[in-house]
Amino acid sequence: MEYVHAPLHTVEAAPAVQKKRLPLWIIYLLPSMLIFLIFTFYPFVKTLVTSFFATTNTGALTQFIDIQNYVTLFTDPKYLQNLGNTFLYLLLTVPLTVIFALLLAVLSCSNLPGMGIFRTIFSSTMGISVAAGSVFWNLLFHPTAGLLNHIVTAFGSKPVGWLTDANCALLSVSAVSIWMNLGFSYLVLMGGLKNIDDAHYESVEIVGGGFFYRLFKVTIPLISPSLFFVFTTALIGAFQSFGLIDMLTAGGPNNSTNLLVYRLYKDAFVNFRIGSASAQGVVLFLLILLVSQLQTKLTERLVTYQ
Amino acid sequence: MRKAQISITYIILTVAAVLVCFPILFSICLSFSDLNDILQGNYIPSKLDFTNYIHAFQTQPLLRYMINSAITGVLSTTLQITFALLAAYAIVFIPFRGKKIIFLIMMATMMIPGEVLVISNFQTIRAWNLLNTFPGLILPGVASTFGIFLFRQNMMQIPLELKEASTVAGVSDFGFFIRVVAPMVKNTVVTLAIYFFLVSWNSYLWPLLSTTEDTVRTVQIGLRQLKNTEAVSDYGMMAAGAMITSLPTLLLIFFGQKRLQEGMTKGALK
Repeated sequence: MEYVHAPLHTVEAAPAVQKKRLPLWIIYLLPSMLIFLIFTFYPFVKTLVTSFFATTNTGALTQFIDIQNYVTLFTDPKYLQNLGNTFLYLLLTVPLTVIFALLLAVLSCSNLPGMGIFRTIFSSTMGISVAAGSVFWNLLFHPTAGLLNHIVTAFGSKPVGWLTDANCALLSVSAVSIWMNLGFSYLVLMGGLKNIDDAHYESVEIVGGGFFYRLFKVTIPLISPSLFFVFTTALIGAFQSFGLIDMLTAGGPNNSTNLLVYRLYKDAFVNFRIGSASAQGVVLFLLILLVSQLQTKLTERLVTYQ
Repeated sequence: MRKAQISITYIILTVAAVLVCFPILFSICLSFSDLNDILQGNYIPSKLDFTNYIHAFQTQPLLRYMINSAITGVLSTTLQITFALLAAYAIVFIPFRGKKIIFLIMMATMMIPGEVLVISNFQTIRAWNLLNTFPGLILPGVASTFGIFLFRQNMMQIPLELKEASTVAGVSDFGFFIRVVAPMVKNTVVTLAIYFFLVSWNSYLWPLLSTTEDTVRTVQIGLRQLKNTEAVSDYGMMAAGAMITSLPTLLLIFFGQKRLQEGMTKGALK
């Protein structure tokens, strides 16, 4: 058979091979698509599936247990506390980060002498890693050698357990988080401010509006897309906080700074409870989805694109 | 602006600048101080003493870790930019069915936080025997939605007629990509290169999971180890370690701040 048809095949081979060749767009998209497939979509589905199973400590599925992982999770007072901690942490960090960044950006975007130095300083924390930032702050917070307690005791009050007192540790971690994230938010908002046409401000000069009039009537509406972007990024980033917790408190004292991702990490990579950790991953995903959808809905009306 | 307003602006900015700088300045002071001075509350070093820096390099193979971080940063930045350029090019310049859906699917990956994926990705990398290797460290992050998005925005400003003209002139598709499109988006390449390198150098969770050996361990995890040894009570050395870790990225921010700001704005404005 092959022998007989061989010449025919060679005649038709050229167009056939052409047709079989991958379309051009696939070749260009292939690298990214493969990575997304293997390291985003596959693990996402796998996490979803695993969350309904009992697992061995290497993550192999042993038995379908329906929503038992979720039930266990939501009846675990410690997990509920982690959820509460995370929401408190969001409330403490996100609005303040955005407000500070906005104020500093508005004040330092003029052409007055020296503003370049301020801009460099305010964006500098973007170059600091969570590991290094945590070490810096650990030294400030240190119970005996740290500067903060030196200041506190100089004023006559008792030393504060910045990271060791359960009532105050989350506040301390939040302060570090605001400091860490300031640089990025500032940089984005500064970019937004630079894009505002001076004509907008000139018309305010004519009306004679003051600083706050300008801020609320001109600046904020005009940079609302950047503001929205910064807010969303800060929110999602806060949900994902891990490094700070790992470096500063390891979730303690008394579970008071244990946030969702830190707990997930502990369960998956220290306690080897892969099923439960997967369920926690799904909850985290749903929370981020929900919050960002809510935010989109809320801001849709407020954001004005130029 | 009135004079009073200008003075108030300067006062607020100066106070804020001191507060923002403070943790770093404090660490710089400690990194040059003797431990006994620190314990007595003398934070201002009397002389420039590099002992703590030398100790930091001796206690942990920090130099090795920095080289590892640099290798990881350069490799992942290069791959992320290359892959994003290719994908954006296909989306903008090559007509095909289902383009919109593919783009939307890619954008949807932004909704999935990486922390949800690490459990399964760890198993994949372990199954491929890539733990403690550079590919294992880099691979899961080399497709960048943000990069694809930014390049797409940029490429959409290039007129399609240019593509038609070069096709008529006999320039191949890849030739057009390399010789026409790539040079036109080089500003975005620079912005993204700075951003990707920053993110890679500072990344924490994935390097923590995927490296357990000195040969590939990154500098952030080195710092974490430094903290988890008895060295943690050598405050001057801890400060020196953190300064060493931060220096490359701080320099990058100082010189690339403007570029980064322009690029970020494009990303934010959609």
